[in-house]
Amino acid sequence: MSKSKVDSSARYLKTHEWARSDGDEVVAGISDHAQDAMGDLVYVELPRVGDTLKAGDRFGVVESVKAASDVYMPVTGVITAVNAALEGGPELINRDAYGAGWMIRFKPTNPAELEALLDPAAYQAQLDAEEH
Amino acid sequence: MNYIPHTDAERRAMLDAIGVRQIEDLFHAVPQQHRFPSLDLPPALTEMEVMWELSALSDANADVNHHACFLGAGAYNHYIPSLVDHMIRRGEFLTAYTPYQPEVSQGTLQAIFEFQSMMSLLTGMEISTASHYDGATAFAEGVLMAINTTGRKKALVSRWVHPHYRAVLRTYTQFSTEIEIIEFDDTSALDKGLTDYACVALANPDFRGRLDDPERLAALAGRVKASGGLFVVAVNPISLGVLKPPAEYEADVVVGEGQPLGVPLSFGGPYLGFFCTRREYMRRIPGRIVGETVDKSGQRGYVLTLKTREQDIRREKATSNICTNQGLMALCACVYMSTMGAHGLKQAANLCYQKAHYAADQIGAKAGAKFHVLRDRPFFNEFVVKCPRPVDEVNAELFEEHDIIGGYDLGGDYPELAGHMLLCCTETNTREEIDALAKALSAI
Repeated sequence: MSKSKVDSSARYLKTHEWARSDGDEVVAGISDHAQDAMGDLVYVELPRVGDTLKAGDRFGVVESVKAASDVYMPVTGVITAVNAALEGGPELINRDAYGAGWMIRFKPTNPAELEALLDPAAYQAQLDAEEH
Repeated sequence: MNYIPHTDAERRAMLDAIGVRQIEDLFHAVPQQHRFPSLDLPPALTEMEVMWELSALSDANADVNHHACFLGAGAYNHYIPSLVDHMIRRGEFLTAYTPYQPEVSQGTLQAIFEFQSMMSLLTGMEISTASHYDGATAFAEGVLMAINTTGRKKALVSRWVHPHYRAVLRTYTQFSTEIEIIEFDDTSALDKGLTDYACVALANPDFRGRLDDPERLAALAGRVKASGGLFVVAVNPISLGVLKPPAEYEADVVVGEGQPLGVPLSFGGPYLGFFCTRREYMRRIPGRIVGETVDKSGQRGYVLTLKTREQDIRREKATSNICTNQGLMALCACVYMSTMGAHGLKQAANLCYQKAHYAADQIGAKAGAKFHVLRDRPFFNEFVVKCPRPVDEVNAELFEEHDIIGGYDLGGDYPELAGHMLLCCTETNTREEIDALAKALSAI
C-alpha cells in the first residue's frame, strides 16, 4: 500500500474520518488512508443540511466497487453544507481527500470537543501500527 | 445400483476412528422412547414398480390439464409455450443458484439482464432487480424500502392487496417496535395528510380483480410524493399487456408476482417476485442488479452490480436481509416474454380480459337469478360473484358434477365477503368451458 497522507491541519477519528476547524464551522471527510483502502469510490451518501447529528452518529456512506462503509460524525453539530460535487464526482475523494473531497460542513455544538480527537501525529502512529 | 456411497468397511473405519461401536450409539442423547421407531415399510420395489406407484398417486390429483379451472387469486393458469421448458432445461441454464462468478456465468447473467430489461419495459420503470422469491416478498421489500428511504415508520397498505403479501409484510415487521402497518379500505379514505407515512401501497388490479382509474392513481401518487412518501403498486404482469404501465401513473415502486410469465402453477412454487423502481432509489433496492459493462479488452460482459449494499458484504447495515434472486424462474419469465413478444403479451392480456368479461356476462345472463355478479368497478380477469350457498358447497358441486375447479372463497380473508367467490379467466379457458360454468351454476 502506498504511503497515505495525513493532513497536518486536521484532527482524526480512529475510524479514519478527519475534521478541521474553519472559522466557527468544522469541515469533515474521510482520510487519504481511508480512500486508499476503499479503492475507487462510486457513490457518496450525504446528510441533509439542517440535520443535527451527535458525535459518532453516521453522517453518510462511501461506496466503492468492493465495499460500502458508514462515515461517522467527529463531534456533535448541525450540518450547514454538504459537498454537492461528490454526487457526480465521488472520485474527488480519491484524488484529494482533505481538499476538494470534503464531505460536510457543520456548526459544532461544543467546538472544544474537537481537541479531544486524534492529532496528526497520533493518527499517523495509528496508521503505522495498523501496517505492522 | 447402490444409492448409498459408503461401504460397510468404510463405515467401520469411521466408527473406529471416533471410538464408537455402532451408529446407533451416536443417538444416545435422544431419549430411549423416541429412538429408532420400527418402520412398517413394504418390500423394496424396482424402479419400474416405483414409477407405476408414483404415477398412480399423481393421477389422483385434479389438475388444470383435465379440469376447467376458474381459480386465480394470485396464481394463474396461463399457457406456457413449449420453448420455455426446452430453454430452461438446457444444461448451461439449469441452476437456481446465483451467478457470483462472471467469468463462468455470462449466459445466466445475460439472461437476468434481459429479464430486468423486459420488466423495465413492461412496467415503464427505470430499473428492475434481478428478481425475488415471489410476489409477497417483493411487495414486503417495496414497503420496507419506502420505510428505509423516508425514515418514516408508518406505512399505509390497502387491505385489498393479496392477503399473503400482507401476511409476509407482517412477518417481516412483526418484531419492530417502531414500524406500523396501517391498512385502508379505499383510496378515497386517504383524504387526510400523508406526511407521516413512508408510502401508500396498493394493488392494481386488486385482490378482488378491480382496477383503479389511472388518473385517480396519478392524482394520489402526486399527493403521496408531495408529502415526501413513495407510491408502491403491486401489479399482475400479464395485465400490463393492455393496461397503462404504472410508471405512467407515477408509481415509485412496482412489484408483483411473476408466476403468470411462464412459470407453472406447481403446487404454489417456486414462483418469482419482480421489483422495479426509479433510478433515484437504485442504492436502496433490496437484492441485486445485473449490469452490462465491458471487459479489459473492450468486449461486452455482464456482472452482478450494486452488491456492496447487500447482506453478505454490509451485514446488518444492508438494505435488506435478502441477498439472492430467483434465477431459474426469472429465466422462465425471460424466455416467456421473449417468445410472446409485445404483440403476444398484448393478445394474451386481451384474451384474459375478454374471456373474464364474457364469463361475467354469461353468469349474469344464465345464472343471474342466484349468482349475483358484482360489477361496480372495472376489472381485468377476475371478478366477484355472490353465491346463494356457501362457496365450498358450490365448488364441491362444480368439481364433482362438472369437473370444474371453481373460484376462491373470499370469506376466509374478508368476513364481509362470506359467500362470495372470486372467479378468474385466462386465455386457457375456452368458450365451451365458460358456457359450461354458467350452465352448471344455473343448476345449483
